[in-house]
Amino acid sequence: MMNHTNEAHEAQEIQEVTFQESSVKKRKIVVPGEIIATGEDFLPGEGARREGQNVLASRFGLAEEAGRVIKVIAITGAFIPRRNNVVIGRVTSVSFNGWIIDIDSASSAFLPIDESPRFINKSEMNQFLDIGDVIVAKIWSVNNRGIDLSLKGKGLGKLEGGFIFRIIPNRVPRVIGREGSMITLIKEKTGCNITVGQNGWIWISGQNLEAEIKARKAIEFIVDKVHVSGLTELVEDWFAKNA
Amino acid sequence: MRKMYAKVGVVPNADGSAMFAFGDTVAIAAVYGPRQLHPQHMQDPGTGILRVNYDLLSFSVYERKKPGPSRRSQEISKVTEWALSPVLDLKEFPNTVIDVQVYILQADAGTRTAGINAASLALAHAGVPMKDLVCSISVGKLDKNLVVDLDKDEEDYDEGEGATDFPIAKIASTNEYTLLQLDGKIQPGVVKEILGLADKACEEIYEVQKKALKEAIEQ
Repeated sequence: MMNHTNEAHEAQEIQEVTFQESSVKKRKIVVPGEIIATGEDFLPGEGARREGQNVLASRFGLAEEAGRVIKVIAITGAFIPRRNNVVIGRVTSVSFNGWIIDIDSASSAFLPIDESPRFINKSEMNQFLDIGDVIVAKIWSVNNRGIDLSLKGKGLGKLEGGFIFRIIPNRVPRVIGREGSMITLIKEKTGCNITVGQNGWIWISGQNLEAEIKARKAIEFIVDKVHVSGLTELVEDWFAKNA
Repeated sequence: MRKMYAKVGVVPNADGSAMFAFGDTVAIAAVYGPRQLHPQHMQDPGTGILRVNYDLLSFSVYERKKPGPSRRSQEISKVTEWALSPVLDLKEFPNTVIDVQVYILQADAGTRTAGINAASLALAHAGVPMKDLVCSISVGKLDKNLVVDLDKDEEDYDEGEGATDFPIAKIASTNEYTLLQLDGKIQPGVVKEILGLADKACEEIYEVQKKALKEAIEQ
């Protein structure tokens, strides 16, 4: 069922690739206001700032040096929507020209009727999506009026069966792995269909409940290991132990 | 100074949370957001806002406190908000609110300072962009002696000049104060001395806070 949802994670952005590449380098936990480096040689990147000679952290997270640029990667906190994110959301309201979707972010998202994959008569909107339905959608714009979603694309659409649960949104790149390696591994080992939304919602649907629960436990295992590198091997070991 | 204890991530459903204790005073703080702000008229299209709710739970004191908001808890919510907002940068999140709930589980004086320390940790844990951590301590005067971190018995001292309570909050690595309150009498000359003592205490608090945040990851 719903085989196309398998591909959803492959539509992810470059963000997680850079996250994985940098895992080779030494990373350090920093607290806000902590001095990461001293000297003119460094440039403050995202989550960092310069004050006189020092580069300071502006948020709690992992500091990493990529060449001369120092940035702080957030490891906790709420989901910040960005363009092209694939998210999982729930329909909270049906309006005259679209659906209002809760994607667990600061502002609610809107899915216009024109962005549905096929033509839908305005009088039959709630036959396609009704309040409480769960969908996989892509963010096609973020502006100060709100977030607009689209269902046009590979792997997007309504989710049926299975279950959803939440993880910390910042850990999503780890769960997906480099070019989807981690999630492919879990899918192979459990035989489940899994879709990971960038907002931290994960949908799992498998042959039986045991397989689904196993997939969920594997994901929760990964989420707990924030700073470990070579995680794929660890997860393989985990599957060997919990076969 | 009483023994301090701090822990991060005590409320799993919140975006960020922390616990901070000064001896028998225990505060927990939970951060939710950035999220949509209601009522809508409070929304600021230029920046996100911070909203703090402080509550002294009814079982936290010897004689049961009537639950619910009071004039005192409203005042402390406001001063906590003012103590924390100078370090936050919420320009990235217009029209939103960051809600901080501060609950006092056990009270033995110094609840607002413990609350500020916990809230500052919880905000950091929630990944909110912030310049620095905020440390808070109350310095007092018993008759003529200066005391750091008063407990309830010391606060109720009434011989000689009586007790003075002077809660202070400070941005950790600069010399900027974000909260200065005074309850009691004090000579202007002594204030400088009190600030000196507070600075020293804040350094200790900062170390405790830093350690708690770093331990949150090294599971």
